[in-house]
Amino acid sequence: MDEIKVAGETTQFIVIRLGDEQYGIDIKYIDNILRMPSITRVPKVAPYLKGVINLRGEVLPVMSIRIKMGLPEDVVTKSSRIIVIKMEQQGMIGIIVDEVKEVVTLETEQIEKVAYDSKDEKDNFISGIGKCEGGLISLLDLNQVVPENS
Amino acid sequence: MDVSQYLEIFLDETNEHLQNLNTQILSLEQEPDNMDTINEIFRAAHSLKGMAGTMGYKRMQTLTHDMENVFSEVRNGNITVKDNMIDILFQCLDALEEYNTNIRESADEGTNDNEHLIKQLNIILKGEEEDAQEAAAPEQAPAAAGQSEEAGTDSSAKKWLDIRLGESEKTVLAEAKRQGKQVYGMTVSVLEACILKAARAFLVFKAVEEFGEIVYSSPSAQDIEDEKFDLDFSLIVIADAPLDKVVQAAKSVSEIENVVGDIYDVNKEAAANHTVEESTKEETVQVKEESVKAESVETPKKEAVEDKTVKTETHAPAAAPAAVQQTTNRNDKKPAANKPIVNRTVRVDIEKLDTLMNLVSELIIAKNSLVSASATVEGSASSEVNDQIEYLESVTTSLHESVMKVRMVPIESVVTKFPRMIRDLSKKLDKKMELYMSGEETELDRTVVDEIGDPLMHLLRNSADHGLESAELRKERGKPEVGSIFLDAYQDGNNVVIEVRDDGNGIDTEAVKNKAIDRGVITPEQAELMNEKEIIDLLFNAGFSTAKTVSDVSGRGVGLDVVKSKIEALSGEVEVKTKLGEGSTWIIRLPLTLAIIQALMVVIGNEKYAISLGSIQTLEDIPPEEVKLVQNKEVIHLRDNVIPLIRMTEVLDIESSKDPGDNLIVVIVKKGDKQVGLVVDELIGQQEIVIKSMGKYINKCKIISGATILGDGEVALILDANALI
Repeated sequence: MDEIKVAGETTQFIVIRLGDEQYGIDIKYIDNILRMPSITRVPKVAPYLKGVINLRGEVLPVMSIRIKMGLPEDVVTKSSRIIVIKMEQQGMIGIIVDEVKEVVTLETEQIEKVAYDSKDEKDNFISGIGKCEGGLISLLDLNQVVPENS
Repeated sequence: MDVSQYLEIFLDETNEHLQNLNTQILSLEQEPDNMDTINEIFRAAHSLKGMAGTMGYKRMQTLTHDMENVFSEVRNGNITVKDNMIDILFQCLDALEEYNTNIRESADEGTNDNEHLIKQLNIILKGEEEDAQEAAAPEQAPAAAGQSEEAGTDSSAKKWLDIRLGESEKTVLAEAKRQGKQVYGMTVSVLEACILKAARAFLVFKAVEEFGEIVYSSPSAQDIEDEKFDLDFSLIVIADAPLDKVVQAAKSVSEIENVVGDIYDVNKEAAANHTVEESTKEETVQVKEESVKAESVETPKKEAVEDKTVKTETHAPAAAPAAVQQTTNRNDKKPAANKPIVNRTVRVDIEKLDTLMNLVSELIIAKNSLVSASATVEGSASSEVNDQIEYLESVTTSLHESVMKVRMVPIESVVTKFPRMIRDLSKKLDKKMELYMSGEETELDRTVVDEIGDPLMHLLRNSADHGLESAELRKERGKPEVGSIFLDAYQDGNNVVIEVRDDGNGIDTEAVKNKAIDRGVITPEQAELMNEKEIIDLLFNAGFSTAKTVSDVSGRGVGLDVVKSKIEALSGEVEVKTKLGEGSTWIIRLPLTLAIIQALMVVIGNEKYAISLGSIQTLEDIPPEEVKLVQNKEVIHLRDNVIPLIRMTEVLDIESSKDPGDNLIVVIVKKGDKQVGLVVDELIGQQEIVIKSMGKYINKCKIISGATILGDGEVALILDANALI
């Protein structure tokens, strides 16, 4: 990847895999990437909230982005990871992904906005499509993915 | 001089003084001619005035000045204490408090001159005593007070005689003499009650420097600035002006008790030293006598006193005896003034304490990991390792306790304002009442103490307004005309209990029931089925008030529900006991600490959960056939109690790992006098756990009150037994 480009018009994304599709997460929201720890289930919460983990002495909630997007449930493999997202308002949350692939730098021209298509549930979580050598990347709209504070 | 660094101290001290004034004026109302009280009030008002003056708060100073005038007249016996005067004084205190609040918020006292108060104060002054002149010079009063004490301090007054000058200073003095200037020695003593000693000393320095040059000071200027001096300091000054003027200038600084000055004879210095030494010896004997006296009073002090006496004989002749005298003086004064000797304290930002507490929590988690790590490698872990771990365990436990103690403050700081409030209420409601308090020294976590004030105030107001009957009604019922309200605080195991009790009417459950129906809180049918306790619980409903008339004291329907939610937010609980016609008791139960608790670890399904030990009553082993069905709910019969069972596996949506034919493990938990049995799969044991917040995303789940990190790094959830009941 071309990472030497001067910042300004560019944004860096971490490319993750969910099933067969590639998704990008804006790097500025990412605090940490963890191997799968053991998750403690919390009863009586929304199904996509998988539970809590111990992140360096703090308790961190973990959610399944697959369930939230209506995909089949996660299958934990060797390459599964938890990405720790830090949102300004809501605080930290971990999301489970199938694989973390690489970091890409996209220029604004390389990002295509998509209109909301309410027919496909998945599209509600996408803020745009990035085009790069690795193919097309769906860019996640974290404000949609991460649940509102209940 | 930049006074902003003193602002914090100023605000805190002002608060203390105001609190003190409130208490003292209250007792003055009871015993209008108690001289001790009047003196105490005078002292506090005077210090307030001085402090306000130093900080440049003119309005505050003017008001306190006039208050002080009144007290000074009272003290001289020219004015007798009257009811309306007390009222005005209280209004003045309120005004001062307002200034204080303004200063805290904006570092400015605001623009309210409170002229009507000042006018009223002056009317009091004039009405009783035409001779306003005397009052107009309040500075004389402390001076007079100073004189009366002078006899006691005279021996140490001329401390400047003990100053030993270096060669360079001697040359300077000799030079000054040649130029026809005067050399003075002076000793300035500061009032014992003075707060900003360094600031006062600074002002004295400044005043003196207007007339001449300070050649030498003892202790050094730096030490004085750092407040490293007792109650006096000595100066050698070169000046053109006559001695009186210099001394007068120094005296004009407020809170200066006395200034002694004389011409300093450079040549006679050696001779003077000699005489001083002689006189010191005499004093040493005197001190020894006193130290014997002190010994009988207070043995622990003995060593210190003797230590100082030894020093006296070798060097620093007069300073030490003076210090000793002061300690003995203070001992003598103690019973008279009834003022506790102030402990040396450090003011610490509460945030720093929180950080410390967090670190201790981390340490406990690490310790727990060690414990479980050593348990898994049982074979290889030598007994030595186990010994060390046990030692570590005891150290972390006591460390936790000490940190917790540091955060504990007596509830006194909140409750001292209540007697005044009750007095005001008594006037406002036109009911006679008296507040009796006990256990003010009971300690609670600082954060809890800060929050508990409002709920307590609500309950007291409630008792005063709704609880107590009017004087006529009380007479009719054969009760004493003056109603009593009690506020008792005490520690009960891991809890602190605060009770607000009154001997009033108690709660009229019929009235409550009718009101609830009126308000649509319950239907008449529901009301039929409710027992007394459930009806009383209705009082905690939002928007509920039974007072027939809405007064501005209480009765707007905000109150009891707020009290309840506030106390529950502090992990506490409230309950009411009442007997119609005899009074009611409101009982608040609060945990000692919030962050670290003792918990019972249990297994449900294949998951680990923690239950706070505080809510657990007993653990029972119940054969399955003893479980009975009542109204289709599982109950057990235990020691004459019917206790409903809750299958935790069902509540938590998990499969039980146990055979249904096995005995049930039941954890009996209680909330108030309700009991419930929680059926769990396995017991692990008792453990000290650190409560961690689960973050903002997961807070829908009411039965989970938090999470904790176990020794092996896994997260376990904490079950909130109260929510299950």
